[in-house]
Amino acid sequence: MLSIKNLHASVEDKEILKGINLEVKAGEVHAIMGPNGAGKSTLSSIIAGNENYEVTEGEILLEGEDISELAPEERAHKGVFLSFQYPVEIPGVSVTNFMKTAINESRKANGKEEMPANEMLKLIREKSELLEIDRKFLSRSLNEGFSGGEKKRNEIFQMAMLEPKLAILDETDSGLDIDALRIVANGVNKLKSENNAVLVITHYQRLLDYIIPDFVHVLMDGKIVKSGGKELALELEERGYDWIKQEQEA
Amino acid sequence: MELKEKLISSFMAFEEQIDIHSALHDVRTSAIKNFESKGFPTKKEEAWKYTSLNAILKNDYSVFPKQENIIEFAEVKKYFLHEIDTHKVIFVDGKFSSFLSATTHDGLDVCLMSSALNKPKYKMVIDEYFNKIASKEESLTTLNTAFANEGAYVNIPKSKVVEKPIEIIYFSTGKEDALMVQPRNLVVVGENAHVQIIERHQSLNENPVLTNSVTEIFAQKRAIVDYYKIQNDLQSANLIDNTYISQKQESRVSVHTFSFGGNITRNNLNFYHFGERIDSTLKGITIIGDKQHVDHYTLVHHATPNCESHQNYKTILADSATGVFNGKIYVEKEAQKTDAFQQNNNILLGDKATINAKPQLEIFADDVKCSHGCTIGQLDETAMFYMQQRGIPKKEAKALLMYAFSNEVIESIKIPELKKRITKIIAMKLGVNLGFDL
Repeated sequence: MLSIKNLHASVEDKEILKGINLEVKAGEVHAIMGPNGAGKSTLSSIIAGNENYEVTEGEILLEGEDISELAPEERAHKGVFLSFQYPVEIPGVSVTNFMKTAINESRKANGKEEMPANEMLKLIREKSELLEIDRKFLSRSLNEGFSGGEKKRNEIFQMAMLEPKLAILDETDSGLDIDALRIVANGVNKLKSENNAVLVITHYQRLLDYIIPDFVHVLMDGKIVKSGGKELALELEERGYDWIKQEQEA
Repeated sequence: MELKEKLISSFMAFEEQIDIHSALHDVRTSAIKNFESKGFPTKKEEAWKYTSLNAILKNDYSVFPKQENIIEFAEVKKYFLHEIDTHKVIFVDGKFSSFLSATTHDGLDVCLMSSALNKPKYKMVIDEYFNKIASKEESLTTLNTAFANEGAYVNIPKSKVVEKPIEIIYFSTGKEDALMVQPRNLVVVGENAHVQIIERHQSLNENPVLTNSVTEIFAQKRAIVDYYKIQNDLQSANLIDNTYISQKQESRVSVHTFSFGGNITRNNLNFYHFGERIDSTLKGITIIGDKQHVDHYTLVHHATPNCESHQNYKTILADSATGVFNGKIYVEKEAQKTDAFQQNNNILLGDKATINAKPQLEIFADDVKCSHGCTIGQLDETAMFYMQQRGIPKKEAKALLMYAFSNEVIESIKIPELKKRITKIIAMKLGVNLGFDL
């Protein structure tokens, strides 16, 4: 699904990613953990195509195709979804209208007709139930005045609507209480299939109790320094990141 | 001949043509004298520092409408709020078009300035209100006063709630090579009365037009007036709009100005308070490109205690467009407990676009709440990335963000059909079809 090879990236001449290699197969859940400032959010932004970062070396392949030169919307049309750590508020544009625009733009790019209104309504109903989202919520302006938890739940609702091949969850657990966390994780788990993949970016192990990863990678100083199974996350929770640093230096 | 000379020498002919013995003779004469001594404003004057009229004064304008030009409703239907029933006072090349209008005297007066000025039954109202709040010093206003003869006259009696909005539209056919028109509107809204008015100036072809318009609005006690100005004219059209509003106690007046097109547009919007607990609202959305120029020059004169004023102006400038916002809030010593707010947000899309923003607060009372905020920026890149990430292409994402930016002002439009119309015009300006109404 996703194959990242020797990825180097910088912002304003400061190198942030220093040679990332990552293979994510369809049907897998990968977690990327690491201390603050390790480059976790940068990595997710770069996969999604944020133009503030410059890829200086390496490639990003989605189903074998290099997407590193594509615009963010083109990557989205190919099935990349990024759940933002800080979703943006857009006054005057309702959640429903935003989703209609997003879905139909994607369909247009993939040579499909616009989704018929009744089908759209059905999809919205189905996915909002999955995320336990109240109907009234959908006519509110996107993210405006939403609580932290509502914003994150709304991100996963959008993910459910767009059905991406690769979903990247950037610190989705931050700002969530335990109930909201369970709803969000439950949503992600239900959307998981043999045909898609999930990349969970997180500082804490907490979310991984609900979304069980197949692989855990530790990102430090712009490189993946250690990979393992789900038990690695527990070890990191217990021992922090210093021991890995020491292991590295030894 | 220069335009100024042409106007002054036309004055006598103008007065002969109408009625030289009219009671307004003295008013007109002193007005033309004021204009003669001051002339057209130049950039040397502080109030006109950022707007030059030089280029547009060079055209050889006809200063009187020569003939009656007829246009078919079908040609201009799109400029009307045709989805709903409205009162209409319509002018073509400065002359009243009875064919396009729908005036009334049934329980309220929505008719012509010329008949109000000439018919004895309106004399009392004219004596009480005409030229009473408009400036006698400002040169362009006095130029209009000198030639004041035609425009809309609206008089709403006490306690009358007018169901239908009133549309006042000035069309220019372009049959003259260049035309100058000077509409004069008078709106008197009685105690507890409520009225909604939409004003528009529209050219129908590319011949230059210069409109120097004066509108006086009097809101009596507890009157509610919602006034909307749609400025979406051709590149050849120039508009100087001088609006003066007098408010008595507990009245609420709002003016929304939508500036989406025209060559040079200058809005002089002045609010004066005569009573307590008055509420004044001034809002605007400006979206222009090319070399268009829009200048908002506002004044709220707080002279009495416990009054509020709310200003909110949003500007988006593309290409080499220039915008000006000069917002003056004057609080007299007596105007304690004033609550005056001013917000001006600007987005520059073009590298050559310019905004000149100048809040001007002059406060002489010590117990007031006055605040102003001004921002100038580009579109938020994070927000752009967010929308693109959801598959929305750059152009559409930009348009959505600009909607979001203007939304606060759009939301306060009280006529739903007008709100839809404005939204549509904005979508057209931004060159997108979003497939839904916002």
